[in-house]
Amino acid sequence: MTETIVVTDRLTKKYGDHIAVDDVSLTVRRGEVYGFLGPNGAGKTTTLRMLLGLVRPTRGTATILGARPGHPAAVARTGALVEGPGFFPYLSGRDNLRVMARYQGVTDAAVDSALERVDLAGRGGDAFRSYSLGMKQRLGVASALLGGPELLVLDEPTNGLDPAGMADMRGLIAELAQQGQTVLLSSHLLGEVQEICDRVGVISRGRLLAESTVAELRGASTVLVRADPIDRTLAAAMQVAGADAVRLQDGGVHLDLEAGRVPELARELVTAGVDIHEIRSSERSLEDVFFEMTAGERSGGSGELRP
Amino acid sequence: MRTAIEPAVIRALGASVRAELLRLRKWPTVWVLSGVWLALNLTFAYVFNYLAYTTGSGNFGTGEATEGLLADLLPEAIPRIYTGGLPMFGGAIMMILGALAAGSGFGWGTWKTVLTQGPGRLVAFAGTLVALGVVIVAIIVGQLVLDFGASALIATVESQALVWPDAGELAQSVGGGLLISAMWATAGVLIGVLTRSPALAVGLGLVWSLVVENLLRGVANLINELEYVTNVLPGTAAGSMAGALGATAEGDGEGAPGVLTVLTGAESATLLTTYLVAFVVAAVFTMRRRDLA
Repeated sequence: MTETIVVTDRLTKKYGDHIAVDDVSLTVRRGEVYGFLGPNGAGKTTTLRMLLGLVRPTRGTATILGARPGHPAAVARTGALVEGPGFFPYLSGRDNLRVMARYQGVTDAAVDSALERVDLAGRGGDAFRSYSLGMKQRLGVASALLGGPELLVLDEPTNGLDPAGMADMRGLIAELAQQGQTVLLSSHLLGEVQEICDRVGVISRGRLLAESTVAELRGASTVLVRADPIDRTLAAAMQVAGADAVRLQDGGVHLDLEAGRVPELARELVTAGVDIHEIRSSERSLEDVFFEMTAGERSGGSGELRP
Repeated sequence: MRTAIEPAVIRALGASVRAELLRLRKWPTVWVLSGVWLALNLTFAYVFNYLAYTTGSGNFGTGEATEGLLADLLPEAIPRIYTGGLPMFGGAIMMILGALAAGSGFGWGTWKTVLTQGPGRLVAFAGTLVALGVVIVAIIVGQLVLDFGASALIATVESQALVWPDAGELAQSVGGGLLISAMWATAGVLIGVLTRSPALAVGLGLVWSLVVENLLRGVANLINELEYVTNVLPGTAAGSMAGALGATAEGDGEGAPGVLTVLTGAESATLLTTYLVAFVVAAVFTMRRRDLA
């Protein structure tokens, strides 16, 4: 049984003539990490703002945890970090969280555990304005975690973090996901989403191009073989993967073959007596998929989607 | 259904007020503004006039008789002295306070953060207004305490009998002072919400209250028809309230700038309340509809 906790129906936001978000219909299910993917300026943040009730949609509807965006019933059960952390510069990190804790009606003990969670406990007493970009970002996540929200909305949570910080943030999100936390995460870094998301929505120029699981989006894995002579290699490959699943490209033989069958392929090649230079199983990255989709979009294509 | 919702709203409002009070209390700006106002009030209402009295030079502005000068410095005179500086100087400071409290959150991004915490938009904004009201009450009470201290000290030093002011008059005066302060503070909140920029809000607010209103009153002396407008300006209402409570009007030559006698006490109270409510409604309406970037 899957329960959807975020549903949008043809959500649209126009600023004058510019359409920032165009007919976006997406769903986030309870317990999953949903990656909202797209380049900068694609409309990710505007969509998230609409979900949180910060921006009014021009058209379309959204339902968060059974309520309309911005309704206390939805807001109180959602923790959010949208487009950079916004805190009182003169207050310490801890006092900023204490202010937010009062708004939520949770105790100061929750503040300390939230600071611990993002590794800021040691610097909690310093003024927010003295924080580095990464620390500010982590405080934003701590604030989103306050009060144990059912839905966590994180807009580009790794922005401004150094590589170690990014890894920590991914680890934190993965840990939260393991505990059953529903996370709606936006990012322009496809690699990071690929690792931690169950499902993704791909957005470009305000339009949702695809919504599915990471595996579905990436499609079948391919295997690349470089071996001599090429005709015997092709024959052996076709014997394993079938004639339709083999292509000759740039002097290499590409097979649509699951990674588990690579040993079988290797045996067949050795039996055929070819000289093997390379056998490599390669899955398409989300990045490849994304560029494929947006290329169609850019050339004015129908925005046709892969399975 | 209503019975189920209302306690939740009240709880959320209480939470919002507590949150706002925490961040206002720890905001150095609030302490600087309150301190400046209390120091100005003490200096202009008591220190300078007492120096003028002891040196026998009369009121520092004019040459008021020294006997009258001493009478103004005693506890009994607090109700009529109390609001003298509020229409223009205190009001300007309250407006800065309101404009900064409401306007800064747009640049800092704190409105965005606050409005994703739990209480709905209106409740969270109401929390800010109520917390600001608490700060203003604290400033007004602080001023009262300071005035009592200064006047009691002067009475003791000058061997005058300690005659306490009439409680009713004092209550009226404090109420009038609160109304003036709250009106200017909500004006500041409204400009802060409209401009989304504390700097612009403070600048525009000060130009209005310190310059434009006075210019308009000057022009109204030449063009009588304009008086219908200048008689109902926020500054006129605030100044007339102080005038009605006994502060010496600026027109008399020796009064504080901004103190007027254009309207009666009742008229100015009505007008101040009207402005107060209008500013709050306009600010709430703007805040409710606004897209938060």
